[in-house]
Formats: sequence, C-alpha cells, structure tokens
Amino acid sequence: MSLLRTEQLQKRFGETHAVDNVNFVVEQGEVLSLIGSNGAGKTTLVNLISGLLSPDSGKIFLQDQDITSMGIYDRIKAGIARSFQLVNLFDQLTALDNVALTIFSRQGKTQRLTALAVNDREVTDEALAVLDAFGLQDRWNIPAIGLAQGERKLLDVAVAYALRPHLLFLDEPTSGVSTRDKGRVMDTITSVVRSGHITAVIIEHDMDVVFTYSDRIVVMHEGAILADGTPAEIRANAAVATTLLGTPTAE
Amino acid sequence: MDILVIQCFNALLYASILFLIAGGLSLIYGVMRIVNLAHGTLYAIGAYMAAWLVGQGVAAGVSPLLLLLLLPVGAAMVGVVGAVMEPTLLRPMYRRAEEYQLLVTFGLLLMLEDAIRFVWGGTPLSAAVIMESLGSVRVWGARYPTYNLVIIAVGLVSAILLWAFVYRTKFGVLLRATSQDMRMASSLGVNVKKVYVQAFALGCAMAGLGGAIIVPGQAAVLGMGTDALILAFVVVVVGGLGSLLGALIGALIVGVMRTVGIMFFPEIELAVLYLIAAVVLLVRPTGLFGAR
Amino acid sequence: MTSANIAFRSLKPLRLLLAVSPIAVLLLCIPYLTNPYQTLILAYGLIMAIAALGFNLLLGYTGLLSFGHSAYFGVGAYAVAFMVKYLHVRSMELFVLGGLLATIVLTALFGVICVRYTRIFFSILTLALSQVLWSLAYKFFWVTGGTDGLRVPTPSLVAGMVDAAKLSYGGKVVTYYYYVLFFFFLSVGLMWLIVHSPFGTALQAIRDNETRAAFVGVRVQRFRWLAFLVSGIFTGLAGILWVPLNGLTTPDILVWTFSGRIVFFTVLGGFRSFVGPILGAVVFNYLETYAISATVYWQFVLGAVLVVLVLVMPTGLVGLLSRLAYAVRRAT
Repeated sequence: MSLLRTEQLQKRFGETHAVDNVNFVVEQGEVLSLIGSNGAGKTTLVNLISGLLSPDSGKIFLQDQDITSMGIYDRIKAGIARSFQLVNLFDQLTALDNVALTIFSRQGKTQRLTALAVNDREVTDEALAVLDAFGLQDRWNIPAIGLAQGERKLLDVAVAYALRPHLLFLDEPTSGVSTRDKGRVMDTITSVVRSGHITAVIIEHDMDVVFTYSDRIVVMHEGAILADGTPAEIRANAAVATTLLGTPTAE
Repeated sequence: MDILVIQCFNALLYASILFLIAGGLSLIYGVMRIVNLAHGTLYAIGAYMAAWLVGQGVAAGVSPLLLLLLLPVGAAMVGVVGAVMEPTLLRPMYRRAEEYQLLVTFGLLLMLEDAIRFVWGGTPLSAAVIMESLGSVRVWGARYPTYNLVIIAVGLVSAILLWAFVYRTKFGVLLRATSQDMRMASSLGVNVKKVYVQAFALGCAMAGLGGAIIVPGQAAVLGMGTDALILAFVVVVVGGLGSLLGALIGALIVGVMRTVGIMFFPEIELAVLYLIAAVVLLVRPTGLFGAR
Repeated sequence: MTSANIAFRSLKPLRLLLAVSPIAVLLLCIPYLTNPYQTLILAYGLIMAIAALGFNLLLGYTGLLSFGHSAYFGVGAYAVAFMVKYLHVRSMELFVLGGLLATIVLTALFGVICVRYTRIFFSILTLALSQVLWSLAYKFFWVTGGTDGLRVPTPSLVAGMVDAAKLSYGGKVVTYYYYVLFFFFLSVGLMWLIVHSPFGTALQAIRDNETRAAFVGVRVQRFRWLAFLVSGIFTGLAGILWVPLNGLTTPDILVWTFSGRIVFFTVLGGFRSFVGPILGAVVFNYLETYAISATVYWQFVLGAVLVVLVLVMPTGLVGLLSRLAYAVRRAT
C-alpha cells in the first residue's frame, strides 16, 4: 500500500489545466523530488494534496483513506505537513515559539488558556531538540523576522517537521538560499527526514540538489506526469531531457 | 396607488445617493485596496459645502435655478480634499498592515467631523431654496417634488458616466489595470501614484456629490456623515466591495428595503438594514459581486 | 540552553516582580495619599484599562481591529441597569454575575457573525453591530430609558457586608475604588496568563500568518471566536464596574465614538505590548478629565493625535518610554 496516491486528479484555472488527470503515488519512507518547468503544476498538486485547494475531480488517498473532501485541519491530523515556497512563518514569534506552537497544536494543547506556555517543559524540550536538529538552537530567542534567509527557510521546514507528519511536502526548500549553503540546508533536511522516518516530497528546481538527494523523481509537464523513476532512469529519459533539461541527449 | 408610486421614487432617490457614496467607496477599494472610514464624512462635507455655496449664492441674489450649478462645485471641492489627503496621509500606509490604514482613516474621520463643526457650527445648513423653487410635478396621479426627480436623474447619469469612464476611456483602462495588478501595471509604465490619487479624488468627489445633491432636500446636520458611512458599508456588504455594479445593485436593494422598512416598521428601520447586511454576510461573505 | 533556563529567561520573574510591586503598592495606597476626587478619577482609569486589556487581546494579539467594543461595555452596563430596574437587585456581586452572563451571550453571538471575516470586513461588521445595539437602546426608550438612560444606585458590596449607601461620600469612593482595584489586579493577572499561554501563542500565530496557523493545525475561526469572547468579557466587566460609579447608563456608551475612544487609548499606549493599553487608558482618562475643558474640539485633537501616532509613533507611549530608557542606558 502506498502512503499517498491520487486518482485522476484534476484542477483547472479557467482554460489552463493546472493539474490534468494526475495519478501521483508516493511510497512510504522515500525522498521524492517533484520537478518540472514553471507552471507544470507542481505547486498546484501540492496545494491540492495539502488541502489549500479543492480539486475539480479525482480523489486523494492517504494510506487508502479517502481524504479528498477533508479540510486542512483534518489533513494535518491525518499526518500531512508542508513548508512553503515563500517563507511562511510567524514573524513576530521567536524561532522557539514558532516550533513550540506547532508542538502545542499537535498535542492538542492550544486551547489551554491559563497555563504558561514556557512552563511546559516537555514541549520546550522537544522544540529545542527540533531547532537543534536544524542547526537553529542558538537562534531560539530571535523573532522569525530577524533570522537570516537561510535560517528562515530551515525554520519553515522545522515548523512543518515539528508536526511529526507521515508525509512532508517541501516547496522549494533551497530557493533563495546561496549556492554555498544549499548543500548544508539539504543535508540537514534530508538527515532529519530520514532519521525521523518521514516520507518527503520535495519540489525543486536545482537539478544538482534533485539528483543528489532523491530516491525517486517525478517529472511534471503542463499539468501531467511526464516521467517517474530513479535519478538514473530520469537522466536517461530522452523526453525529459528535451522538455526540461534542454539537451538532446543526457550525457 | 399614489403612495406606491411615491415610495418607488423615494426608493430610487435613496438608491441614487447610496450609489454615489458606496460607489465612491468601492471604486477606491477596487483600485487601491483602501477603505476610507472618513468617506461618509466627505459626503457630509459635500453637503455642507454645497449648502454654504448656495447660501452665498442666495445672498448674492443668484436665481435658484442657477444655484443648481453650485452643487457640483461642492462635489469638486471634496474631490480636491481627497486629492490632498491621499498623497500626504494615506500613501505612507500602503506598505503597512491594514490595521494602520483603518486607524489613520479613523483618525481622519474624527478630525473631519470636528472640522465641520468648527467651520459651519452645530446648526443645520439648508439649501431648501432650490427644492422649493422647482416645485412639484404630477407623476402617475401623485404630486412629487421635482427636485427629487433631479436627484434620481443625477444618480442615473452618474452611473452611466462612471461606467463609460471606467470601461471606455484610456484612464479607465489604466484604472482597471492598476486595480487588477498594481505591480504589473507599474512595470508596464503606468504612473501608479498618479492613478491612485486620481482614483481617490474621484471616489471622494462621488461622495461629495451625493452630499451636495441631497442637501436641497435634507439640511446638512452633524452626524450625517457617520450615518452615511454605515449605510454605505451596508451597500457594499450586500453588493460586494470593489464592484461598481455591486454598488448599484446594492444601493437599489438597500433603497427598496429601507423604504419598505419605513412603511411597515418605522421603529426598527436602521436595525432592518443591519440585519440584511448580517444575513448577506452570513450567506455570501463577499457580497453579491465581491472582488476579493 | 535548557527548558528550565528558557522559562526563567522568557518570563524574567524577578524583573517582573520588581517592576510590578511598586506600582501595585502605589495603587493600594492611593486613597491614603490623595483626596477622594483623585481616587475617583483613578478608579475610572482602571476601569477603562480593563476594557482596553480586553480590546487589545483582539487587536494586539489576534490582529483583529474592532470598532464596536462599545457594544460589550454597554451590554454589561445595561444588564446591570436592567437588573436594578426590573429585578430590584442591589448586590454588586449579582451585578457582576448577571452582567457577565449577558456579555457572554451577546459576545458569543456577535463573535459568530464577525470572526468569519478578517481585516476590513471584520472592523466594519463590529462597527455596524454596535450601532444596531445603539439604535435599539435609543429607539426602545420605554425599556432602556432612551437618551435619559437608566439610573443605577450605589450597590452593596461583598455580599451585603458593606452597605456603601451608609458611608460618607469619601468612604463610598474609597471602598468602591478597592473593589475596582481587586478586579483590576484580577484582570491584569488573568490576561497576562492568557497571552502567555499556548492559546495566546496560537492567537499570535493567527495574527502573524493565518494560513500557516491553519497548516500547523490551529483552528483559526474557532480561536478567533474564543479570543472575541474573552475580549468581550473583559470589556463587559469594565462596563459592569463603570455603571455604579457613574450612577447612570445612557446610549452614549454604545455609540461608535465610544468604541473609538477605546481604540484611541489602546493605540496611544501601544497596542503591541501588554501594558500599553493599561497605560494608554489611564493616561487618556487624565487627559480627558483635565484637558476636555481646554477646547470644544476635543474630537479633532483625538483624531489628529491618532493620525500622528500611527504615522510617527506606532508603538505608542510604551514604545516611546522604552526608547527613552534605552537612550538613558546607553548614555550612562
């Protein structure tokens, strides 16, 4: 049984088929990269699966459970989490609070009106551990808006990670990060993801990153899946090479 | 039958005024995403300005029919006020959170309300001489003030002119482009600052016109601005914020509802309107034609 | 860095205690340091501070600007007045209970309507709803006393143990002042707990980024409604405490300009801080008492100051004071 599977998923924006009859499968425990040119439908697909958008038709199954009509809240509870292409953080809250809030929410403690948040040692410890895993432990006290761009991206992922999801969607986790730091950022993310046994789907444009870190690559083009396979298979795929990589032959 | 006819016209009259006020509000929001809480007060300033001009005209011995021409002058002056307000007080707010914008325009509301009191005092200012001089006409067997028909005509003409302006002129194209995508318009060479100030001035002038044309029938009084503000919001709630068509339809609906309400439930007239707004919001959050 | 260190560093308990104690002591001693008139003014100030605390839970912490908080203040006050008129109640405790009940019902109802919308629509809707209430209080004068209002005589405090009516004027003021002070301390303590709780963090997350808040599993609408409810309750309590002091309730406390004042003094104090609203309310209360005779165009001044505040000093008095403190520390 795959962790996630979509059946004939469709989403149109006016005339454009943003997601066109997509049967997308994600297997447990893998790190999958979703690639394609701009407008191929990658973010729309993730938006559909995470609940930000509703499909025009088709179904989405999480571990064989039909989640197509579930709202965002229920999908989070079912184990889906995501980070965002444009960093989406709680800017006035500290790095620690960004993560701590997520843990409070996960543990259902957010309706506690009269218990001091900082006094919950369990949550604070876990939040610190998460920050530590992402290399942000020294910045725990800085409001998210005061962090450097690379740190913000990492925090964005850390917040999604703190939900301890089964399935984590990362939308361009290295965009805007300097080339020098990309490796460090991706090393951190993938090591955390693998050690946490989290299945990750990464939308990426940087092909070096994609081919270095993925177990499997899915290529989208104009709303449909063009190719699906291991990095070696994709590299050898002529159709992918022409539409995406721009070269008539791969190597 | 007489009463029905009269009430129909009353509803149209009310709708005309509401369209001008709410249309101005919607226009500004549609182009600039700004809600000006002082908008109702600008309507009041239009009324006071026009009434004062008319008073000067009467003192100078001008004939009542010519006094009609002073009304648009009042409206234009409000437009000028708007043209001054936007670059000085509102432009710094665009980059900030919406709360700041609301707070600034709220402060303006307080200032302008007292400014009216300072300039024109607490006694109502009337321009009834225009109304009286035009007398009344027979409409389907009922006698109805001619001036009221003038108001309805102005409302209708304004709606048509506005439509033509927005959809048939070059400036209208700039307006629509800027409202749809400000950054894109700017990168295509549109002088967004100029469009903003002109749109704002136009919206304010509309509110001012609403005040100017109502004042011959209804003296300008303190507090008319805030009443108008609430009513304008009811209209945009019903019709949708940012849509001129919505402002028109909303104004018609609210005009009819108010007239019906007054006929049958004079006690809770205002409350009926707010209830309509609440129901529309519950059922269709962006109004009937909302641009969100 | 351990979680124990963090709790200590975040809350700064010693610093907090050092800052709060002198003020608390001062407030307790005021009736003995000054005359009944000054005590009375401060009582009004503390009451408005409670209202501001409630209001700012929505603005500063949840990012929702309400222009209709007069409705909750008014409902508290009118509930007390109705209890006097129709139920012949004289006990302050019953006033508080009955008033809070009425406030909870109204706030819950208005909240359901308002929180579905954000930003502009939310603000407008709160304004419109408070105007509905005002127009009802105005029109149904046979129930509400119309513009004449309803009188509320001096209640008996502390379950009848203190019959304030038997005291001298000074005694009444001082006794009532302590009653208000008790609720002030209670409100401040409770609100402080609330904003520092997981719930408070969730509200701030909603304020900062409602999409992300939804994506970490926070039920945004529900929490907004809860914040609205708590906010209304605090402001309603202020209304309940206010009306026996004022002796009379009229539709004037339901008008949008009254809501405007609450907005003003919260922004004046600094809505991005906890103490800002308290400071703003107390300062404004003094300004109003002393400066209102300086000019008839009081509203103009208010508006102008608000515009200047937003343009130039958005962090309000608290921001100003902390910048001054920083400058002083750097100079020495």
